[in-house]
Amino acid sequence: MTAKLTFRDKEFTVKHGMTIRDAIIKCDLSPEAVLPVINGELVTDDRYLKPDDVIKLVPVISGG
Amino acid sequence: MKCRKCDAKAVINMRQHRLALCRDHFIEWIVESTARFIEKYDMFTLDDRVLVAVSGGKDSLALWDVLYKLGYHADGLYINLGIDGGFGYSKTSLQKIEQFMSTRSDLHLEVVDVPAVYGAPVNVAAEATSHGAGKPCSICGLTKRHIMNRVAREGGYDVVATGHNLDDEAAVLLGNTLRWQIGYLTRQGPVLPASEDGLVRKVKPFCRFYERETAAYSLLSGIDYVEDECPYAVGARTIYHKEILNQMEEHSRGAKLQFYLTFLQAKEQGIFQAADDSVELTPCSKCGQPTTAAGYCAFCRLWDKVRED
Ligand code: SF4
Ligand SMILES: [Zn+2]
Ligand SMILES: [Zn+2]
Repeated sequence: MTAKLTFRDKEFTVKHGMTIRDAIIKCDLSPEAVLPVINGELVTDDRYLKPDDVIKLVPVISGG
Repeated sequence: MKCRKCDAKAVINMRQHRLALCRDHFIEWIVESTARFIEKYDMFTLDDRVLVAVSGGKDSLALWDVLYKLGYHADGLYINLGIDGGFGYSKTSLQKIEQFMSTRSDLHLEVVDVPAVYGAPVNVAAEATSHGAGKPCSICGLTKRHIMNRVAREGGYDVVATGHNLDDEAAVLLGNTLRWQIGYLTRQGPVLPASEDGLVRKVKPFCRFYERETAAYSLLSGIDYVEDECPYAVGARTIYHKEILNQMEEHSRGAKLQFYLTFLQAKEQGIFQAADDSVELTPCSKCGQPTTAAGYCAFCRLWDKVRED
């Protein structure tokens, strides 16, 4: 069973049981550069992924 | 993870402060910290008239919201750059600002429409210069600074506030340090004082918040902001520097904050004083704004050229 992370138009599938922070790093993203949202609610990244979780990673970096 | 101040579930953990907070306490923390920074750096008072540069992005709308909550007299300034980028970047930005204002009473917005007033969108203007084709950022920056100062002077504002966050400041600092650009380093900081020759005071009340905190504040406050970047920001050097700093932060919490704060400390101790060769400014003979150039300022020269072509 797996959980899903979405970032902009990308989608990543990861094993459940790890923390969101570890999952973000595993997907080659920076935990500093995104905010994890589950069902519209902001969550801290120490939360463990449950099977079938869908995490939206909101990008926070802007430039220019 | 639980909120440090109550027993509710934390929505954000700020590792550099070892501080996790719930929604309400986080919002309160941002508002109170902003008030503290404004006071600490002597930015402005409740009697001052503040002009907030709003772009429709998360930082500037969050800043306007916080200043509004704190009871400051803060008007907005939106500069329509005329950038489309295939998704109506500038148009969407203004819509987000108007939406923001519709749910808060008594907010006033000044709008300057660059194509209508000066004759072309900034990206088209950039094509008229030798170094700006395809890379409008330096011309865009010049144009925005000029307009902010003009509107602030004409409107009798005491200070211009921008939404720069710590990641913005640390990235610029990294860029300036890698090239030891002493002139820029001397002027970088939470406050750029007014000059006698007509530059209005500029301040950055959010300069100690991480970018993810200003984003979280906007999300949690229900502020709808433009998530899509200006199309020209893609590949910008600032973003590259932010990524490097975030890698450092991942390995050592607080690295970004330390980098910026120790810089400010070093500056206070005077390490850049010898280099402070403040140049004299004279009024541009066309628009009257202060400039280092004799005759027309860089802004007037640029836009005259754009209209000639
Ligand atoms: S990315 Fe460049 S062109 Fe776009 S708004 Fe920022 S400075 Fe202007
Ligand atoms: Zn709380
Ligand atoms: Zn001029």
